[in-house]
Formats: sequence, C-alpha cells, structure tokens
Amino acid sequence: MIAADASVALLIVALGAWVVVARATFAAVTGFLAYGLLLTLVWVRLHGVDVALTEAAIGGGLTGALLIGAAARLRNTEAAARAERPGRLVRAVAALAALAVTAALAVCVLTLPVPAPSLAREVAANLAATEVGNPITGVLLAFRSMDTLLEAIVLLFALIGVWSVAPDGVWGGRPGPQHRLDPDGILAYIARVLPPIGIIVGMYVFWVGADHPGGKFQGATIIAAMWLLTVMAGLTDMPPISRRWLRIGLVAGPLAFIAIGLYGAVAAGAFLAYPAGFAKPLIVVIELALMPSLALVLALMLAGAPQRSDLR
Amino acid sequence: MNDATIFGLCAAVLVGLGVYGLIVNPQPLRKILAFNVVGSGVFLLLGAIARRGAGAGFGGDPVPQALLITGIVVAFSATALAVALLLRLHDATGSVTLSSDAPPPPAPAADVDAA
Repeated sequence: MIAADASVALLIVALGAWVVVARATFAAVTGFLAYGLLLTLVWVRLHGVDVALTEAAIGGGLTGALLIGAAARLRNTEAAARAERPGRLVRAVAALAALAVTAALAVCVLTLPVPAPSLAREVAANLAATEVGNPITGVLLAFRSMDTLLEAIVLLFALIGVWSVAPDGVWGGRPGPQHRLDPDGILAYIARVLPPIGIIVGMYVFWVGADHPGGKFQGATIIAAMWLLTVMAGLTDMPPISRRWLRIGLVAGPLAFIAIGLYGAVAAGAFLAYPAGFAKPLIVVIELALMPSLALVLALMLAGAPQRSDLR
Repeated sequence: MNDATIFGLCAAVLVGLGVYGLIVNPQPLRKILAFNVVGSGVFLLLGAIARRGAGAGFGGDPVPQALLITGIVVAFSATALAVALLLRLHDATGSVTLSSDAPPPPAPAADVDAA
C-alpha cells in the first residue's frame, strides 16, 4: 500500500504545482478541481471518511464551482495580468521562502512525538453518553459544539460580507445573472430529473450522520447544489436577498442552536451542555434546525453579491 | 514510512507550493487559488496527525478530524468572501491589478454607485 500512497501523494503534488504555475487561470482552476477529488481519496486513506465527504462537497465541489465562475468572469483581465509577472529575483526569493517553509514542516512531520498524542480514547469512553454512533458527530455536536456554533455564525458573517460588496443600487436585489431557460436543453432536463434524487441523497447523508460518516454540512451542500442547478438551468431564480423568509431561514438554525445552548445552561449547568438522557434528541433538533440554514447560506454564498435590483 | 508520514510530507510540499504561488502570481484569483493550496496542505498535515492518533477502535483521532470539517467549511466561506471582493473590484474598475504603480484604469460609465 505504501507504493499506492506514495504515487497518490506524487500525483497531488504534481497537480498542486500545476494549479500554481499553469499559464491560463481557467486551466489552473480545472486542475484545482482534480486536485480536490484526489484529496478526497487521500482522506479515505487516512481513515477520515467524514472529512472526505466534506472535501468532496465543499473543499472541491463548492469552492471549485465558485472559482470557475470567477475565472470565467475575469477572463478579459488575463492578458494585462501577465505583464505584471515578477522578475527573476522575486521568483528566486519566493522559491527560497517556499523551500524553507516546506523544509521546516517536513522536519516537524519526521520528528512528531511517539507515541502520538490522541484524544481517541477519551472520545470512545464518552461517546455512549451522547447516544450518537459517529465519533465525528459526537465531537461536532457534543464535545466541541461551541466550535460548530461559531462556525455556523462565521458562515453568516461571511455571507453578510459577500452581500455588502453589492453596489448601492442593487442592494436587496437578486444575486447572480438571470439564467435563460432552454426548455429542450440538456441542462433543463437534468435540473428536472436530478433534484428529487439529490434531495433524497442529501437527506440520507444528513440522517445517517448520527451513526455513520455523513452529516449536516455534507447533506446541506448536496441540497444547495440541487437548488443551484435549478437556478442555473433557468427553472427558478435566486430570491432577492431582502426577502423576510430568506433572512429568517438564514438565522433560524444558529438561533435554535443558541436557544438549546441556553436551555443547557439552565437544565444542565453549562452553556451547550445536554441534560442526561436528552443528548440524542437535542442533537437531532440542532441538526434538523441547522441543515436548512446551512443549505441556504452555502447556496447564497456561491451565488455571490446581489447584481439585479428587485423592482419587479 | 507509513501513510501518515507520506501524506504529512506531501502536505509540507503543498504548503510550500502554495506559498510560492501566493508570492509569484500577480493575479488576485491565482493568489486565492494558491491560498487554497496552502490551506489544503495545512488540512492534510492535520489529517496526517489525526491518523497517527488512531486508537480505541478509530482509524484516526476524531477530534482533529472534526476540526478539519469545521476548517474546510470556514475556508470555503473565506474564499467566497475573497472572490466577492475581487469581482466587485473588477466591476468597479474594470481591472483586477494589485500593483500600486499601474496607471489608473478609466472609470466605467455604467457604474451607477460611483458616488
């Protein structure tokens, strides 16, 4: 297996180099997509199937789609940017800096302490109290639930940041361009056939996350992708960001999370603590509340800042 | 040489590649891409460390693995914010240069919110 691991590692390094040095930005972004898929394989090899699902859905999928869209819109700036390429001295210094960083990290990797510090035993000992079977879900929603709460709020802040770069004239309007529907096109066909299947897959990935690899982030990404597919095919349009249901939907999940955290402060003595015997139902409630908010926030983040005013 | 060491070294190389691209590429979108390569290298390093912490029936330490999921999602949101800023810069000025001594581009006539 070492030969297989080493060849995957070499392939990833080659793709990473391609992403950095390719002349055309579009080619670099395409390389980044392949790079993300290969990383997914590596996560499986490193026994992180939950991480692999997240990498495939968000690290490779959503980020890749975002960057491809940006590369397409910035295509006409490519030629001007090429003239700004730094001289040989800057490139040599950059190469030295990169080598130094790599060497320092490589030394760290080779001198990691033995035996490796690990919290696996503590997680295994306390997982039964949370009544979930997937240790990752246990960490995300019980042992380190503060991280997950803050993460959901970071996503909201990032979306506010994305929205706030909108020109004043279109504030509150619809994000992204209006896509024309080609009723006989293959995209419209796929956008009709795939979402029912995709929504079920997304719900399954979400539900199974309690006991097996999966969870709300991965499930929410799949559902967000289905929504974006219908938007790109022109079957639906992005809602104006000033809609009240949209704003409520965005904050409902984090607010439910905070409310349950406060309930824990009263009933179990600490913020985000769960009363004994109620851990599993409360975790399910948090995940159920968080998933629609996450699907909304991820899809809207990909759609970007508002571009069309909502005068209709 | 086990899988954690191989992918740990791979992560070290990826971070270096990303740092090089971050400095050398003049285009902001390429810098964002390079930054994502740095990020994935850091994630992979943490993943290799999680793999070394395998025990108690788990193939990897679940605590760093859960932190990785959080990290990947936050990296996406940072990338989305950076791309939104970049596209806005492009819409407002017609160019995406970060160079301070480039000639100022002509102001586009259609920009309604210039005031």
